[in-house]
Amino acid sequence: MIDVRNLTKSFGNLYALRGLNLTVSRGTCLTIFGPNGAGKSTFIRILATLSKPTQGEIRIEGKDIFADAEQYRNRLGVIAHATYLYDELTARENLVFYSKLYGIPDRDATVNRLLDEVGLGKRGNDRVRTFSRGMQQRLSIARAMLHNPDILLLDEPYTGLDQHASEMLTGWIMKLRNDKRTIILITHDLAQGLEVADEVAIFLRGRVAHSAAAGDFSNKEFQQLYFETVAGGRTN
Amino acid sequence: MLTDSKSQRVENVLGLLLFLGMLMTLYNVFIYAPTEKSMGDVQRIFYFHVPSAFIAFLGFLVCAGYSVAFLIKRNHRYDRVAYVSAEIGVLFSTIVLITGMIWARPIWQTWWTWDPRLTTMFILWFLYIAYLMLRNFTGEDERGARFAAVFAIIASADVPIVYMSIRWWGDRMMHPKPVLMGDEDSGLAPEMLYTFLFALAVFLILYFYLMMLRLRQERTAEILNSMKKNLALHEE
Amino acid sequence: MTLVYKDLLSEFRSRETISSMLVFSMLVVAIFNFAFDPGSAYAQQAAPGILWVAFTFSGIIGLNRSFVHEVDKGCLHGLLLAPFEHGAIFFGKMLGNLIFISIVELLTLPLFAVFFNLQTLQGLPQLLVVILLTTLGFSAVGTLFSAISVNTKTREMMLPILFLPVVIPILLAAVNATAMIFDGKGWNDISDWLRLLAAFDLIFISLAYLTFGFVVEE
Repeated sequence: MIDVRNLTKSFGNLYALRGLNLTVSRGTCLTIFGPNGAGKSTFIRILATLSKPTQGEIRIEGKDIFADAEQYRNRLGVIAHATYLYDELTARENLVFYSKLYGIPDRDATVNRLLDEVGLGKRGNDRVRTFSRGMQQRLSIARAMLHNPDILLLDEPYTGLDQHASEMLTGWIMKLRNDKRTIILITHDLAQGLEVADEVAIFLRGRVAHSAAAGDFSNKEFQQLYFETVAGGRTN
Repeated sequence: MLTDSKSQRVENVLGLLLFLGMLMTLYNVFIYAPTEKSMGDVQRIFYFHVPSAFIAFLGFLVCAGYSVAFLIKRNHRYDRVAYVSAEIGVLFSTIVLITGMIWARPIWQTWWTWDPRLTTMFILWFLYIAYLMLRNFTGEDERGARFAAVFAIIASADVPIVYMSIRWWGDRMMHPKPVLMGDEDSGLAPEMLYTFLFALAVFLILYFYLMMLRLRQERTAEILNSMKKNLALHEE
Repeated sequence: MTLVYKDLLSEFRSRETISSMLVFSMLVVAIFNFAFDPGSAYAQQAAPGILWVAFTFSGIIGLNRSFVHEVDKGCLHGLLLAPFEHGAIFFGKMLGNLIFISIVELLTLPLFAVFFNLQTLQGLPQLLVVILLTTLGFSAVGTLFSAISVNTKTREMMLPILFLPVVIPILLAAVNATAMIFDGKGWNDISDWLRLLAAFDLIFISLAYLTFGFVVEE
């Protein structure tokens, strides 16, 4: 269980997060929506230990994530709109590099298995620079799954993907969800985000403005709720 | 609240003291202090040159100290003090270099020489020009502040290293030895000593006055910026 | 180590960094030959300085590239997410830079010796030690500042402005030691400069290592 309490990130008078509170149960998929500047990315960065909060804490199974950040990162997989891949290396070399960083024991077997799973088994020895955006994103999924993480952070993974590639990504997220992994997804796309979610949250100005179970809405109802929430937050 | 009335009062008192002190210093330097035997009237620049050097080093020391404090505590007030102090340091090191050249021309028959003290001051000046440029080319966010703090720490460690390496370079010492705490034969006449110490005290007041002034300015700018940002959010 | 291997492999594929560093470094050596009357006593006297100007400026080119690859596709985040302490990334990148710059320096050296008519062979071991110690210091300071400058608005512009004033003492020691070596002095004569260089390296490496975490944090 991920427990976020009073999370604040500020510099002087500028606030990115203002006392954010949130809980995510184990094995659920939470989708976070919100306009630009709502604090979604800042939240994900802190959750990934890339940035430190000014105040507040994130506990996972009761333990502060910064208390033993190295061990926590071992459980964490991140897929973002940036792929974290090196253009000049081949797909396989990229995966081998990252699996060395994670100290994965049966490296070659893991890399081969994942290349097959994301449908790049035949392209393993090609350089990443020759890949389409969709293929790169698939390789990026393989990269994030190398160490079999049970917590996944997905930061706008749909950016720049075509129809086919994003359907594939949705399929992957569904699969990960069925494996009972905890998933936190940030997206601008209401329909796609709602489709894979167990729960949804709307961020506004560094706080959770609305949260609910995803099953409660149809697409249309949710769209209405989202626009009302965002508009309501502006006027008060 | 834009102004804090207590610090405003301190600022006013300092301003008054400074005005009177400056008048006294001018009287001391040009009328009260006796003319130096071998150098003549040009020696009087010493009463501005040496206190400026003190303030320059003080400014950089404060900058480095507050940079360390900022990295540990992440309080943006510390960052503000470091920034403002470096600015004042650049101003006074410029004065040191210029007054030094004016003095050196008649005494050494040259504007400049690569003496360890001169060179160190010159490099110090470069280091903090770089510091100010770095601040200009990063955002006014926490990351920009962290970059500047890291550079200030490296730069302040560099200053003694520069001095040492130039002393090893060879015997090029031309700069007069420190008149205070120097050798026995390098003392000052009592009137000169009094004039010097008085000027030093006035320069210290000047430093603190400038600090307060600039800090207030920066605070006001920050408040204005956050107001602008809030307005922009409402209009969106 | 993994990081160093990745950097080398990646560079081996594109060869863009080392080749541009090398061409630049040779150009500096050549251009200084035109600036001073070639073969004159004056040029001979300036030789150690010219050598280090070439090394310093080509080094800056390499250091500038060091983090560009990491930032472009967000790879630095990938590294930061790995389950080890962030200081390890600093040592990995520093070592990579040390190797790149050293390679370029070693390749420039023969050309330099030809242009300046040097009988360098007898002082070669001393010169190599000076180069290694100096480049180590350059890499420590440069890796840290490269991670800073890549995140500034001006990117490449910022690195030399931060880097050059800080490395002046290292440069000074290197030029002096090199001049003594060219004069045919032995280990004993340059040992003071070597010790000074080693001390600077130690100071800069530890400071850069300690502050690197603050630079890469988001």
